[in-house]
Amino acid sequence: MNVLLVAAGAAVGAPLRFLTDRYFVTRMMRGRTKPFPWGTLAVNVLGSFVLGLMTGITDDTATLLVGVGFCGAFTTYSTFAAETVQLAVAGGRGRAVLNVALNLVLGLGAAILGALII
Amino acid sequence: MSADPGLPRILGVIAAGGIAGSLARYGLAEAIPHSPGGFPWSTFVTNVAGCFAIGLLLARITPRTHSLLRPFLATGVLGGFTTFSTFAVDTERLLPHHAIVALVYFFGTLLAALLAAALGDWVASR
Repeated sequence: MNVLLVAAGAAVGAPLRFLTDRYFVTRMMRGRTKPFPWGTLAVNVLGSFVLGLMTGITDDTATLLVGVGFCGAFTTYSTFAAETVQLAVAGGRGRAVLNVALNLVLGLGAAILGALII
Repeated sequence: MSADPGLPRILGVIAAGGIAGSLARYGLAEAIPHSPGGFPWSTFVTNVAGCFAIGLLLARITPRTHSLLRPFLATGVLGGFTTFSTFAVDTERLLPHHAIVALVYFFGTLLAALLAAALGDWVASR
């Protein structure tokens, strides 16, 4: 049962991350060849906020489905790291540092905000 | 170049990969539990290993690679395996009473993950 809940959350979270990223990339491209990774930033901040909202929830079903499955699959560390390295190599160090700062500050800020308002 | 597989198939392989990656993350988290004030080793190991793997993978992908390989492995499996939300919320929970552990975890994960992604790229590009 636990495995099915995690799988169900992930089956929604991972494709939704792709669609969110694609939406941001196509909106932000506007003739730019090297777009800033706004899509990954958006999913990481939004997912951290939702998981922050789950603070204090002891129900196993909700934790596994929404927390472990959905939020875990919706957010990503690997793409964030890969995009940062690519920015550092291709787009200049400033954009890489900005990407790290935005993800860390806004991601942690969203988690704190989610936990505070619940 | 392989043909455009179409959005439904792309979303399908991402969902399948996301399930596989998430279950692996869940299994690892169950195998290495951490105490409320302890260092979140399972998420740390998951994120760093996933970043090494994506560095390897992206360096090996060429225009001739099957068009569903990247959505399945990078977006699906590794995206589902690694997690930013647990990283952020674990830090948030550690901060009030275990600030040192929180800061070491927060910046340690970042540093190790970026190094792992760069190392994976370097290993695959050699």
